[in-house]
Amino acid sequence: MKRTSPDVLPAEGGHGDHPLLAVDNLHVEFRTRAGVVRAVNGVSYTVNPGETLAVLGESGSGKSVTAQAIMGILDMPPAVIPKGEIRFRGTDLLKLSEEARTQVRGQRIAMIFQDALSALNPVFTVGWQISEMFRVHRGMSKSDGMKKAVELMDRVRIPAARQRVNDYPHQFSGGMRQRIMIAMSIALDPEVLIADEPTTALDVTVQAQIMELLADLQRESQMGLILITHDLGVVADVADKIAVMYAGRIVENAPVHDIYRAPAHPYTKGLLESIPRVDLKGQDLYAIKGLPPNLLELPTGCAFHPRCPYRQDNCVTDSPPLYQISGWRGSACHYWREVLDGEQ
Amino acid sequence: MSDIRPGGPVFAPEEVETPPKEVSKSSKPASLWTDAWRDLRRRPIFIASCCIIAVLVVMAIWPSLFSSIDPFNARTCELATARQLPSAGHPFGRDNLGCDLYARTIYGAANSLVIGISTSVFAAIIGGLLGLIAGFFGGATDTVASRITEIFFAIPSILGALLIGSTFRGSGLGIWLVVISLTLLGWPMTFRIMRAAVITAKSQDFVIAARALGAGSARIMFRHLLPNALAPVIVVATINLGGFIAAEAALSYLGVGVQPPEISWGLMIADAQRRFLEAPLPLIFPAVFLSVTVLAFIMLGDAVRDALDPKLR
Repeated sequence: MKRTSPDVLPAEGGHGDHPLLAVDNLHVEFRTRAGVVRAVNGVSYTVNPGETLAVLGESGSGKSVTAQAIMGILDMPPAVIPKGEIRFRGTDLLKLSEEARTQVRGQRIAMIFQDALSALNPVFTVGWQISEMFRVHRGMSKSDGMKKAVELMDRVRIPAARQRVNDYPHQFSGGMRQRIMIAMSIALDPEVLIADEPTTALDVTVQAQIMELLADLQRESQMGLILITHDLGVVADVADKIAVMYAGRIVENAPVHDIYRAPAHPYTKGLLESIPRVDLKGQDLYAIKGLPPNLLELPTGCAFHPRCPYRQDNCVTDSPPLYQISGWRGSACHYWREVLDGEQ
Repeated sequence: MSDIRPGGPVFAPEEVETPPKEVSKSSKPASLWTDAWRDLRRRPIFIASCCIIAVLVVMAIWPSLFSSIDPFNARTCELATARQLPSAGHPFGRDNLGCDLYARTIYGAANSLVIGISTSVFAAIIGGLLGLIAGFFGGATDTVASRITEIFFAIPSILGALLIGSTFRGSGLGIWLVVISLTLLGWPMTFRIMRAAVITAKSQDFVIAARALGAGSARIMFRHLLPNALAPVIVVATINLGGFIAAEAALSYLGVGVQPPEISWGLMIADAQRRFLEAPLPLIFPAVFLSVTVLAFIMLGDAVRDALDPKLR
């Protein structure tokens, strides 16, 4: 890998014409003994300051792998990135040296994880772990770091932060642990925050609180937020735009309200129809037929065709491009017009 | 003496309640180590082994507290009284050279403990560091380190130590030669355990999370992997300590360990063995001390293992 010094990274706020973070035609493969698993097949999306992008998809759709590629925390090998760019303020992160990427991680782009209990080190107090961010990256003393840790715990609304700063992760409830994880990730004021299913492990009332917290923090700091989730309910209130992923591709992207009003891809439509609804009580739940594809052997043509009610003959052979419908709206379906109109 | 606390306890042992969710005012945090310590204090085996070890440590540091006779002073030995049975002033009797057996047994504790503890510590440090590096970096580093370990594993330890001991006999290293040869042959065990523990810890979410928040390799190794992989290494080091003390005795018995005029239980057993049928006591007393010492450390290791493994609780 070419060695590049960390200072090639543009300063905060510079290069106004570049999007904050742009993923461009990213491919990720896992070379395993069983064969090549194509986890991400040409994903592109952008996030701007203060914007929330929700990446939606079921397990194995490649949404988390994309995030890990952005963070540079994929285990390589077995993971390989054969194609694509991840541009942060115009600089391709994939071409940076490992040292430069370590500078980016945590300070410019940070990430929070699904299960905060396992994402926190069990043998250190939460205060130690939050203050570690300041000690390592800002060269603060232990006591200054602890003060900042208490401030941050206040900021993520942990009650009695001062008393709890010396507690261990397992002494906190699930929602509080996720707040601590969030506190750690925003400690260094990152410009992009990736939240990988931040509320999946939490119960519904706590989910809402965490989403509200993330939205508030984002408003205060104008960071770009990438929200990875499989939960359409979580997305509706906070996201500005949505990218729906299936089998490692973006099958539809759209501003959030368009997608709820009229989905342009049969997969999105299936997802929306499978949300349980109070007014349909007593009826069977709708489920998309079939199973998610085997990433070792992706179906020919459109990867969704074996499960698609709109399938025509050419879906089996021709892989649809991401048809641009309007502005920031696209659908990777040959028959997006029919889907949009609701004909079947 | 029962409040001697060797190894590990980090926090004061006050009995404290930790309300899991409610805001606690001044409760001590319950870490793995505090939990383990709380658990340990209730184990009779732990208390018994700690008492024995405490007595041994005092014996090693201040042997004159236990015996008014200085066994290094040749004038305390009288050949005429060789193999004398226990009598007033000589509770264990006298050995083949007419020296006081009790004093020699007491003074022998120091070498056993020094050799056992330093070998165990050195083996844990060397094996632990290499295991940490091999487990963390994996790939070629791991392969090379693991193959080297296997070579050391393949050497029969007594044979290897005999070879080292007899080759460097005149080096003037004294008991440290025993420490070096036992360390050389003992580190592969800690290496394997550390490597396995690091590989397990490495794939856990908090390590990935630490990386995602900008921690470098060294920080991840020493701050995130090491503390979480330390418990099994500590357990093995404690159990091995007893084994190293026994190995020292074996080497001294074979003549390549501690050399006279130093005193060691292994040496005493070797000396007494020639006249064992005639006078069994000069062999039995050091052998009992040796066995009790080894047993105490193995029991301590067992207790620590049970306390540090939440699944056994």
